[in-house]
Amino acid sequence: MERLVSSDAPAVSTDAPEVGSDVPGVGSDAPERTTAQRPPTARQLFGALPRRRPARPPGTVLALRTPLRGRTRTVLVLSSVALPLLTWLLLGATGAVDPRFLPPPGAVWAAGVEMAGSGELFTDAWATVRRILYGYGLGVAVAVPLGVAMGSFAAARSALEPVSGLLRYLPAAAFTPLLLIWLGIGEAPKIALIFVGTVFFNMLMVADAVRQVPIDLVNVSYTLGARGGEVLRKVILPYALPGIVDAVRVNFAAAWGLVVVAELVNSQEGLGKRILLAQRFTQTDKIFAILVVIGLIGVTADIVLRITRDRLGRWVP
Amino acid sequence: MTTGLLELVGVSRMFRRDGRDVPALADVDLRIARTSFVCVVGASGSGKSTLLSLVAGLDRPSTGEILLDGNPVRGPGPDRGLVSQGGAVYPWRTVERNVAFGLELLRIDRAERARRVGWYLAETGLTALRSALPKQLSGGQRQRVAIARALACEPDVLLLDEPFGALDVQTKEDMQLFIRRVWRDTGTTVLMVTHDVEEAVFLGQRVVVLASDPGRVAADITLELPEERDLDLKRTPEFLALRARVEDLVRTFHHAT
Repeated sequence: MERLVSSDAPAVSTDAPEVGSDVPGVGSDAPERTTAQRPPTARQLFGALPRRRPARPPGTVLALRTPLRGRTRTVLVLSSVALPLLTWLLLGATGAVDPRFLPPPGAVWAAGVEMAGSGELFTDAWATVRRILYGYGLGVAVAVPLGVAMGSFAAARSALEPVSGLLRYLPAAAFTPLLLIWLGIGEAPKIALIFVGTVFFNMLMVADAVRQVPIDLVNVSYTLGARGGEVLRKVILPYALPGIVDAVRVNFAAAWGLVVVAELVNSQEGLGKRILLAQRFTQTDKIFAILVVIGLIGVTADIVLRITRDRLGRWVP
Repeated sequence: MTTGLLELVGVSRMFRRDGRDVPALADVDLRIARTSFVCVVGASGSGKSTLLSLVAGLDRPSTGEILLDGNPVRGPGPDRGLVSQGGAVYPWRTVERNVAFGLELLRIDRAERARRVGWYLAETGLTALRSALPKQLSGGQRQRVAIARALACEPDVLLLDEPFGALDVQTKEDMQLFIRRVWRDTGTTVLMVTHDVEEAVFLGQRVVVLASDPGRVAADITLELPEERDLDLKRTPEFLALRARVEDLVRTFHHAT
């Protein structure tokens, strides 16, 4: 190495003009720089740039994308739940708001206990949950295979993406009258509403999750002897699975919104129906209790799906 | 010794860009002998990776033919194992199950599969990591998994596409010694693409230099270096002279259109 440097370095500077680009390392424009007058450097050419005074380091809360200290985080998380609850308690206790509009937490709790005691809460909750299981379950059963096809095959994408991308924007709730005309007033239109309102979102999001599979992974599988079907089953599906579960989790919230809409229109039982009845008698405490129940069931389902996703996606870096 | 295992005959590959056909590779003829170690070097744009994709069967030549043992290559298959720069290991599979992937597709019994996987894990120094997930591995370890996985399918040719390009210098040198040893232990044939001339000269028995725009064979050099190679070889005058010669060729043919 040293030998090369000591013998080559002088050779470069003397030979450079003749040999030009054949000499490695030193640029071909070297001769101009050394023989002719040097052009001004950028520093000489331009005036000094104005400098801004250095930014003050931000505090923990305002620092961009910086994890919080454990204690700050705990305080924020707790207060996000505690503050609204406390406000509610205070408003109820001081009587600042008419309890017919905003019943105090105690009254809501009592209404909930009463509904639970009579058993109607469970009947209604089950009726609602069952509709979701059927409607959303059916939607997932249709959306996942179609979404996987859209994400894997250009043909399926061309055939399905435009139509599902369009239908997704039609507000599902607006379908309710049509579904009642088509399917009568039983369970069918409610299940169909949930299905219609979620299936297209799920298809597109599942297709997106499938398209995240790196092409390198697909290609290398072929070189290891896998056939198309095997690549789909043994590579694309396992890779996309956590993303698919996540799509199903996100759209589950929409299913909840739709089931309540469906029940408001026409039904004998269900949490949405119960809200409508309570409104008729201005039983805001009941309405609140039912909203809390809806929220709790929703959060539970979300947590279950999140845990499922995390367990399936333990390998995700 | 000189039986042509892999043959490229007049291989060209055009790509359509802005409505024009631009050649990425033009009229490449190459013969790779069985059990040899051949490195292909060239600047970016010389069609190195295209060449490997064609041999792997992931892409098809516009003209010309690629023959493996006299049979034309029609698509990807386990007779031509491919290892890319990132390795492309299956992140949800453990090291062991990554290596077993190709074998799981074949009708061989469990015991035989385990025996083979065990051998390749030992050969690549991964036995202790057999139950680890790829996210727990370093870049070098992941490349070992990818190499073991390809080798477990008993490929006629192992195709390496810049396999150590993303590694730090120390790991890279470890991997260079590693691939030399694995090549000799398995008796496979290696066709490796790299932009690192030192690496190509250190590893290969032959170095093929590709010229850019369009990619074509500019030089084909048989290296007269000892078969037993350690890192000290890189400091010997013979090695440095060869390296300088190949480097000059790469520079000369870089954009020399």
